[in-house]
Amino acid sequence: MPIEVLMPALSPTMTEGKLAKWLKKEGDSVKSGEVLAEIETDKATMEVEAVDEGRIGKILIAEGTDNVAVNTPIAVLLEEGEDASALTAAPAPAPAPAPVAAPVAAPVAVEAPVSAPTVPAAPVAEADAEEEKFFAKTTKRTVREALRDAMAEEMRRDDKVFVMGEEVAQYQGAYKVTQGLLQEFGDARVIDTPITEIGFAGLGVGASFKGLRPVVEFMTFNFAMQAIDHIINSAAKTLYMSGGQMGSPIVFRGPNGAAARVGAQHSQCYASWYAHCPGLKVIAPWSAADAKGLLKAAIRDPNPVVFLENEILYGQSFEVPDDEEFVLPIGKAKIERKGKDVTITAFSIMVGHALAAAEILAQEGIDAEVINLRTIRPLDTATIVNSVKKTNRLVSVEEGWPFAGIGSEMAALMMEEAFDYLDAPVIRVAGVDVPMPYAANLEKLALPQVDDIVKAAKRACYR
Amino acid sequence: MAASRRRPKAQTESAPAQAVSSEELLHYYREMLLIRRFEEKAGQLYGMGLIGGFCHLYIGQEAVVVGIQSALNEGDSVITSYRDHGHMLACGMDAKGVMAELTGRRGGYSHGKGGSMHMFSREKNFYGGHGIVGGQVPLGTGLAFAHKYLKDGGISAVYCGDGAINQGQVYESFNMAALWKLPVLFVIENNKYAMGTSQERASAGELHQRGASYGIPGYQVNGMDVLEVKAAADQWVNYIREGNGPVILEMKTYRYRGHSMSDPAKYRTKEEVEKMRSESDPIDQLKAKLLAGGHADEDKLKEIDREVKAIVIESAEFAQQSPEPDASELWTDVLL
Ligand SMILES: Cc1ncc(C[n+]2csc(CCOP(=O)(O)OP(=O)(O)O)c2C)c(N)n1
Ligand SMILES: [Mg+2]
Repeated sequence: MPIEVLMPALSPTMTEGKLAKWLKKEGDSVKSGEVLAEIETDKATMEVEAVDEGRIGKILIAEGTDNVAVNTPIAVLLEEGEDASALTAAPAPAPAPAPVAAPVAAPVAVEAPVSAPTVPAAPVAEADAEEEKFFAKTTKRTVREALRDAMAEEMRRDDKVFVMGEEVAQYQGAYKVTQGLLQEFGDARVIDTPITEIGFAGLGVGASFKGLRPVVEFMTFNFAMQAIDHIINSAAKTLYMSGGQMGSPIVFRGPNGAAARVGAQHSQCYASWYAHCPGLKVIAPWSAADAKGLLKAAIRDPNPVVFLENEILYGQSFEVPDDEEFVLPIGKAKIERKGKDVTITAFSIMVGHALAAAEILAQEGIDAEVINLRTIRPLDTATIVNSVKKTNRLVSVEEGWPFAGIGSEMAALMMEEAFDYLDAPVIRVAGVDVPMPYAANLEKLALPQVDDIVKAAKRACYR
Repeated sequence: MAASRRRPKAQTESAPAQAVSSEELLHYYREMLLIRRFEEKAGQLYGMGLIGGFCHLYIGQEAVVVGIQSALNEGDSVITSYRDHGHMLACGMDAKGVMAELTGRRGGYSHGKGGSMHMFSREKNFYGGHGIVGGQVPLGTGLAFAHKYLKDGGISAVYCGDGAINQGQVYESFNMAALWKLPVLFVIENNKYAMGTSQERASAGELHQRGASYGIPGYQVNGMDVLEVKAAADQWVNYIREGNGPVILEMKTYRYRGHSMSDPAKYRTKEEVEKMRSESDPIDQLKAKLLAGGHADEDKLKEIDREVKAIVIESAEFAQQSPEPDASELWTDVLL
């Protein structure tokens, strides 16, 4: 029976691609493993390999076709002994599409944590007047580009700044965040390391003692657990231990938190881990403007900074000021949406979820104020406390585990600084207290969803 | 299917290729082909969105795990990285359970909670499936420690990549393994690349000599030839089992596919991949030997092809039909 060759998904988030080139033509025989065609996705050109053996009976999608949806039949393979007449018999449905779970369910579920479509285009923000000025002239940038621009600008400005990590140079970054840096700054300042996190983190701290300004990329923060001893024992404590003689002006950056279906060892949020430690600054940007303004600040800061990015946000676009002197203050939160009924604090990807929740709450008559924390340590307590003095209610949102999390800190802070203003207990929305499961349905259950925030806010408002 | 695919052991000191029986040769052929076809199917299911996250295929490296496994006994332990599907099949784990884990379904080895990188089987002494580069090396050394402690006669086979070999914890493990004469075989699967970084760009010196200062014997082996792998494994597994301490075998091998499904592999040329495929493919090489040596004819090999294909198709069907885990599973297995 003829076999349909389907347009493959080549990353968890790909939904369509361009069929760039056929490497086989009708009538050619193929062995399994042979390359049939090339496909262009938004990130790369990939090859489609044959899984079955046979002869190309018919090419269904011509080369050069754009926007071919994943799972579209692109060719028909004839098996040994079949001739073209087999094609006229209705080709059997591809062997796989699942009878039980619809095959497309997986990628859709995978993207569920991305709240892009539900994020209001231009959140009504109460930006600091200082910050507002910079937004007179902006350009739309992805978070990925904003981070790259921040590093490039700071490297041009200060020749002590260098970037180091796995795949940051020749590969252009495992997630393409350091794209173009090697070409512009050369291999003395953009350095590929072996896979030796504790080694290069310690080396970076040592170099910073001598006044260099390393930006150390961890491919993801999960791997920084290998290096956490140097981040805390060496980077965070040396200024203190040396009686102020030498500190560590270093940035540790990389994606933090869950990506999509990458399982327990590759999906966790380290915000509260690092925020626990004196001697560190901890930043978790949401928008591209946050990313750029705060990364520049982090590189200029004379202290060790842990800079927690988010892989799912890398591809999302936001307006970013054109002015290269746009640098955001570390330690200052941003009110992304003004409201009077309940305060929602969030950081990183959860800011998008919180804003989406606020829109839903608005339809139900609850006016939520959303605070983008931006910096976790030092925390902008004044902005949070002032907001709660107005709304009398606080919901804290984070992707990490609840126990001793950022939400616990929020609750303690309210007891200490806003007790008399509270009309309801502080509510924590957090990741479920289990290692991250792989299965699509369980992963969704393990991560805070917009609806969880809506429910928590209503509970805080006794609704 | 449940019947063990392990072959009964030959314990020869120097195992010349010609001493291998036709039956054994066919067994290796079948094992390697099963891994190859399984991985191709996994790649296809990934393309259809049925497998998510990272998925690291073992295509090209089949001779390594099949050759090593041929020298191990029932009861020996195996541990590796995230590129683990081949190791599990070689250990005799059921293709259905492995594929269903890839699709994140109830019938998977970890009930869908582990995924491609994290599968385990106590029954088959397979200890994972680890996502942190190098993390499996001290764990595998610990398995060897337990074999010695329990005096059960077992050894531990610990696989790691040419990238992983640079992690500091590997050397801490080498030191303890040598110091305490632990029964451990360290297999470096040198497939020339750690993601986009070639061995030369990441590693000083020769990988098989990395244990030299601890007094650990180390050898380089052609990891594209299952018989060479088997011969080396037979010899050194014996040495380890006799209480002489650890050995390092560096397998020179190659992965045909990208690092994971989303790696376009632009750091090497098409010609390089094509050359390995056409000149050094472990399955093609063995096939040629089988035919030339009169161990099997085309029909026999076709029969094996069909049998392997049937197993793989069955596993893919199972992996799609098995339901997602029940929501209550979210909370189970956190603590006992
Ligand atoms: C500690 C740690 N750092 C980085 C990574 C990301 N990563 C996953 S696989 C890999 C390359 C490993 O290459 P190698 O050891 O040669 O094994 P191969 O993939 O070739 O089998 C990297 C850098 C990781 N998983 N863990
Ligand atoms: Mg490698």
